[in-house]
Amino acid sequence: MTELSLVQAVNAALRRAMVENDRVLVLGEDVGIDGGVFRATDGLFSSFGAERVLDTPIAEASIAGVSIGLAAQGFRPVAEIQFTGFAYACIDQMLNHASRMRSRTRGRLTCPMVLRAPAGGGIKAIEHHSESPEAMFAHIPGLKVVMPSSPARAYSLLLSAIRDPDPVVFLEPTRLYRAAREDVTDDGAGLPIDRCFTLRSGRDLTIVSWGAMIKEALEATDRLASEKIEAEVIDVATLKPLDSATILASVARTGRLVIVHEAPMTCGYGAEIAARVCEGAITSLLAPIERVTGYDTMMPYLRTEAAYMPNVGRILDAVRRTMAFA
Amino acid sequence: MRVVSELGISISRVLDSEGKVVGAMPDFARDPVMLLRLYRALVLTRTFDTKAVALQRTGRLGTFASSLGQEAVAVGVAAAMRPDDVFIPSFREHGGQLWRGVTLKELFLYWGGDERGNDFAGPREDFPNCVPVGSHAPHAVGVALAFRLRGDKRAAVCVFGDGATSKGDVAEALNMAGVWKVPTVFVVNNNAWAISVPREKQSAAATLAQKAVAAGVVGEQVDGNDVIAVCAVVERALARGRQGLGPTVIEALTYRLCDHTTADDASRYRDDAEVSHHWPAEPLVRLRNFLTHAGHWNKAAEEALLHECTNAVERAAADYLATAPQPLSANFDFVYATAPAELGDQRKSALAVEGAP
Repeated sequence: MTELSLVQAVNAALRRAMVENDRVLVLGEDVGIDGGVFRATDGLFSSFGAERVLDTPIAEASIAGVSIGLAAQGFRPVAEIQFTGFAYACIDQMLNHASRMRSRTRGRLTCPMVLRAPAGGGIKAIEHHSESPEAMFAHIPGLKVVMPSSPARAYSLLLSAIRDPDPVVFLEPTRLYRAAREDVTDDGAGLPIDRCFTLRSGRDLTIVSWGAMIKEALEATDRLASEKIEAEVIDVATLKPLDSATILASVARTGRLVIVHEAPMTCGYGAEIAARVCEGAITSLLAPIERVTGYDTMMPYLRTEAAYMPNVGRILDAVRRTMAFA
Repeated sequence: MRVVSELGISISRVLDSEGKVVGAMPDFARDPVMLLRLYRALVLTRTFDTKAVALQRTGRLGTFASSLGQEAVAVGVAAAMRPDDVFIPSFREHGGQLWRGVTLKELFLYWGGDERGNDFAGPREDFPNCVPVGSHAPHAVGVALAFRLRGDKRAAVCVFGDGATSKGDVAEALNMAGVWKVPTVFVVNNNAWAISVPREKQSAAATLAQKAVAAGVVGEQVDGNDVIAVCAVVERALARGRQGLGPTVIEALTYRLCDHTTADDASRYRDDAEVSHHWPAEPLVRLRNFLTHAGHWNKAAEEALLHECTNAVERAAADYLATAPQPLSANFDFVYATAPAELGDQRKSALAVEGAP
């Protein structure tokens, strides 16, 4: 067991996947000798060479598009998109091609590829580097969308994503890349990418979140514990396909739900979760569902970024509203 | 000041519009059997096109993109390829797909709105049609990169229209293919019109082949109505690719004698006189003239061929029309390798709807 940061865990998973399957390739901007701007591919070039770690020209749509061609030919490309705002250029390729190749050829051609991108704010980056595009990808049939919240889960979920027979968008919370370290066993074990993870058990309310907001949710939960309020914290981790059952079972027990995400509220992924709970557990609800999200504004520049991001204070406010509802 | 780079775009042609030899006859064209195969492929493609339009007009096929007048591009391309190369077409390359073993029935199924039409029994690695313009160009780079990484002596061939050369995807793909020197052949089916926008409004470039030059890629033109010339230039480009000499862009000059699709009415933006002007240059007549003058063809052979092609197309059309639509479950069964629970639930409720197929 080694203590790794999230970005080191990503690196370890990539290395492990490349060792176990020589069809796994890494491609993207500056992923070669530079090891990626966040160092997620650090050292892979010297270990595996230029044939398996490919620096691409700056062309995000084609990084995805080339991956589709490679995947259809039996390779397992893991494409890195350098910054979150540049991932939108890949939506055409992912939506019109990668996601539907299996369906439109009735299984003849498939696209087992992973599109990795950093995501989310809170790192005082320049514009277009802090967005949270998960709902846009999650809306696309045929894709899977994963967003880990800890080094160990990042390691195991990425391995599963690379081994998956279908295209996976893997969004890595930039804010967590170096925020904390935890023990990661580099044993090649994957985690299922159709499962939510219950990180804390509690009987009073359910907090559902993913990515960097898990840290805020856990901190809020610690504060609530000192007030004798027990919050259950669920890390969605895989947004598509969604493990509704875990969320519904939790809400059935607690009767109160707070959803936390960084992306704007309208048509954010929280809306989907709220709808599922209304469909599947409305009779258990003791209070309206609360959403703590980014605002329906542009992601602000770094000086006012903090006021945009959901934080412990905003989560506690929402929890108090839901607890006070009678 | 000195010149540091020149475009150097040339055009190849073997037969003129009357079928007279005006260029060097490639080796394969010395074999009349090959020429007769090419001619049959052109006739079969046109017969299929005619039937497909007729089926659409009578409500028995979806919107259809005819290849009328452009048959020699896709047929010539496919004839130059080896079976284990991979064809990545846009949506007007029926002739090439047929040559490579896609069946007439599969084509009818595809255009009739049935995904099984893309499950080619023949060329299992060929890509299905790409309707979003030009976005398949990077796929051809990926496929060719896969060949190079594996050390296969195979190539990827991508066809798109003149309009697609305005797309970023195509520019990106040419650039990447150039950097990586992958065995990709990009063929521009320049049929002079992108729906209602004529070639000169698509790009200020004098040729579309020269789009290759900026990417460090070889670019050339060919008379796209001359199936022998198309086949010859693609064959040369494929040979270069297999030798590791990198990609090629081939601009095939042809003309769209039909509407863009059956949903289009070209009379809104194009003079009939322009179309009439291009009819004499269409690809079938010149090869037929050449074959006739060379003593390989006559009226009886022509009638027999038309009869054979019509029969084949009619049989396939009847087979398509007699094929029941897929059950609703099929739409759920191919979204993922294994359907997630939530999709399984949707499948179950969809099938439970009264009257669900």
